Amino acid sequence: MKKEWPQWEVFVRSEAGLAHKHVGSLHAADERMALENARDLYTRRNEGVSIWVVKSENVHATDPSETEAFFAPSEDKTYRHPTFYHVPEGVKHL
Amino acid sequence: MYTSISDGIEGAPDGGDARERAFDERLDRALKIEPPDWMPDAYRKTLTRQISQHAHSEIVGMLPEGNWITRAPSLQRKVILLAKVQDEAGHGLYLYGAAESLGTSRDELVLALLSGKAKYSSIFNYPTLTWADVGAIGWLVDGAAIINQIPITRCSYGPYARAMVRICKEESFHQRQGFDIMWTLAHGTAEQHAMAQDALDRWWWPSVMMFGPPDSESTHNVQSLRWKIKLFTNDELRTKFIDQTVPQAEQLGLAIPDPDLRWNDETKHYDIGPIDWDEFYRVIGGNGPCNKDRLQARVDAWEDGAWVREAAAEHARKHGSDAA
Ligand SMILES: [Fe+2]
Ligand SMILES: [Fe+2]
Repeated sequence: MKKEWPQWEVFVRSEAGLAHKHVGSLHAADERMALENARDLYTRRNEGVSIWVVKSENVHATDPSETEAFFAPSEDKTYRHPTFYHVPEGVKHL
Repeated sequence: MYTSISDGIEGAPDGGDARERAFDERLDRALKIEPPDWMPDAYRKTLTRQISQHAHSEIVGMLPEGNWITRAPSLQRKVILLAKVQDEAGHGLYLYGAAESLGTSRDELVLALLSGKAKYSSIFNYPTLTWADVGAIGWLVDGAAIINQIPITRCSYGPYARAMVRICKEESFHQRQGFDIMWTLAHGTAEQHAMAQDALDRWWWPSVMMFGPPDSESTHNVQSLRWKIKLFTNDELRTKFIDQTVPQAEQLGLAIPDPDLRWNDETKHYDIGPIDWDEFYRVIGGNGPCNKDRLQARVDAWEDGAWVREAAAEHARKHGSDAA
């Protein structure tokens, strides 16, 4: 069997000012085809004003089996949130 | 610590029991399962089969309607049908992507269809004899698909659920354009009305069968419900389809081809006559009116496109950003 076209992850900016958001994946021989296929596949109804494509093999992710340990450092630091602090009565603009 | 999202597929290492418990707990808490998460092999296998069958159905489903693109009765009907069929291609691709995230390559999935090993919805093994069939497909077949698909937007597997959200957004256009064709024909000349009735006569029962065998015979129901990759049983979905479609047929002034059809005031659902399950199994088993044509069309498309796939890959090798 001939080798498949590589897989790409597609990110679409839905309107100016918003961040690109992951919408799915596709196959394409190169980046130009990936962008054109992404347009045809994910923006047939004006869903986007800008597209990023990234080869799936270049996306690195946290390991789900280590989720707890990985995110633990932020869990017990309630003092990072404004709600940790008592605001004395009558004090405004805080 | 870090994994690539494309290689997060692995078998169950030791300690599978604890992982299985964690998996069950996620299901109970209605948390989504994502591609790199541990999952039981049977869940992965069942989902791969279900999602890829769904993808194949979208792709093969382009054929009966595609048959009418060049003969649509007006330019407007033609661009609408083109857009609809293009959407179905998109649905197939979203779903292949979701199936691939479970660890089977696109080529393997496609070749399973071409070899006849994988199934697709048997509704697409019926021919589209007249323009009214395009209306009946949009109204009934896409209508049934919507009822099947909406619950899947809440299924336990993240990529499948998200693909289904996109699909459902696009399906209601499909159903409405089909109903619009039926409405126009049903309110046209006597001949056009008869054409609409004839299409309903031929597509009604195959559409009712789209929901699969009755609950009493379906082998997949229980486990799939437990895994939340199916949220309602075949019969529940079928009843919903019938209840919503019968009044629409009345509004069209068309008769559902079922002499036993009547409203049941106790169950608050329609009762229907017996379903010819022999026909269902005959068509699924490969002996419907168009099974051979449909598969041959996909094999031809794959083979005729081979040089394009190879040429584009070669061009990318020589000129792409990764070119040596
Ligand atoms: Fe579809
Ligand atoms: Fe559709």
